[in-house]
Amino acid sequence: MSSVLYDAQGPRAKRRNVLYTAVFLVALAAVLWWVYKSLDDKGQLDWVLWKPFFSGTEAYSTYIWPGLQNTLKAAALSMVIALPLGAVLGIARLSDHVWVRVPVGIVVEFFRAIPVLVLMIFGLALYAQYTNVSSDDRPLYAVVTGLVLYNASVLAEIVRAGILALPKGQSEAAMAIGLRKGQVMRLILLPQSVTAMLPAIVSQLVVVVKDTALGGAVLTFPELLASANTMSGYYGANIIASLTVVAVIYVILNFSVTSFASWLEGRLRRRKKSTGAVLGVQDAAAIAGTAATGAER
Amino acid sequence: MFDFLDKYDVLGAFWTTVQLTLLSAVGSLIWGTLLAAMRVGPVPLMRGFGTAYVNIVRNIPLTVIILFASLGLHDTLSITMGSDQVETANFRLAVLGLIVYTSAFVCEAIRAGINTVPVGQAEAARALGLNFTQVLFLVVLPQAFRAAVLPLANVLIALTKNTTVAAAIGVAEAALLMKKMVENEAQLLPISAVIAFGFCCLTLPTGLILGWVSKKVAVKR
Repeated sequence: MSSVLYDAQGPRAKRRNVLYTAVFLVALAAVLWWVYKSLDDKGQLDWVLWKPFFSGTEAYSTYIWPGLQNTLKAAALSMVIALPLGAVLGIARLSDHVWVRVPVGIVVEFFRAIPVLVLMIFGLALYAQYTNVSSDDRPLYAVVTGLVLYNASVLAEIVRAGILALPKGQSEAAMAIGLRKGQVMRLILLPQSVTAMLPAIVSQLVVVVKDTALGGAVLTFPELLASANTMSGYYGANIIASLTVVAVIYVILNFSVTSFASWLEGRLRRRKKSTGAVLGVQDAAAIAGTAATGAER
Repeated sequence: MFDFLDKYDVLGAFWTTVQLTLLSAVGSLIWGTLLAAMRVGPVPLMRGFGTAYVNIVRNIPLTVIILFASLGLHDTLSITMGSDQVETANFRLAVLGLIVYTSAFVCEAIRAGINTVPVGQAEAARALGLNFTQVLFLVVLPQAFRAAVLPLANVLIALTKNTTVAAAIGVAEAALLMKKMVENEAQLLPISAVIAFGFCCLTLPTGLILGWVSKKVAVKR
């Protein structure tokens, strides 16, 4: 699309581009030099701080892997619980009965309007005051509770949008052959919309993984980010090195998930058999209120 | 039942939330627009930089970025953002982190807006002899921004909610106050209700008003 904005370049434009490239390169180099200088001044580039990550696997097996496991556990649990809940809420929001549709709509909009962190803090206090969940398990419970409440409402909107994206003829034809409302939903609309919204659901997984980090920073949940803090304590104030390694792991993990979602989306869009309704990465992002989260199309 | 309201400065905490939101919104709108301009521009190096920035930043949790700002920039590299006080420095670092993170999403929202502008607009502008900067800033971006109001509104709502992450580095905003209150008072439900109400007051009208604005300013085609 970018070529829409400018013509094929002639000699002058090419010269100008070389100039821009040079200026940008200098600016970029200056910034990188400044970063290098400030790191070096504080001794942050000393090999001893980075050594744990490049020689031996102790840092990975003792700190990062258990942290990553907890991150993935919380994300998987949240998604597994939120999916059916979201499906029920999404279908209920499409109900013909006002007394079902309106209350469910209020619940969904309410939980989408509130930050996940607030829901997590609420969950932590809830389990501490009203249940006998052991204090070791409470952070995990609280993180999963917060993520489920928020993501169920986002998934509800994805399910609703996925069903509404199907051509009207599908439900009309189903009713014409005499299916009841429940049958139309169960036999005709849901199976088609599940494939349509698959990319959106997969890309929501990235949001879930990213939000688990809140549990590490605020609720003492021992996940990947929290392992950076522990490592920095153990390996001698190498917080910059530890956070960099952790950030790289997040990027690799999330980038592969979004790439998979985009690949899935492209595959579904190219498929000739379907109704043509596909709920993509961008749609999921719009629903989650986080703008485009997807990888490059 | 709501007597904790006298003991804690709930309004002050929400004011901090609003300040975080507005400052980061302005900053990320500027930086995000520049990133979008780089990503659609003719210079390959800038395009590459914009793409790399967006794909890296939006895949890192905001919590990591904000913790890095506090533990890495402030504590380790002694970057104080021009303030001797830890509270002010943390507030400014939180704004910095929010700008770094949110601008990636602003960039994508604006790019999505640019994608809605028909090819003919840019072609006609080029036929008039406008150069790339003129095509972008006089013809394409004004239309793109009008189409980008709704995605940008989504970014703003997400930003409002994301300011709670600043609680991780001790900025005294609403979520940190909530944490403090639920730990000290045995009134979980009223406290949560007040905080939830506060966030509803911030996010729901933003969505409604900007949704209305986006319909109002949409380019009729």
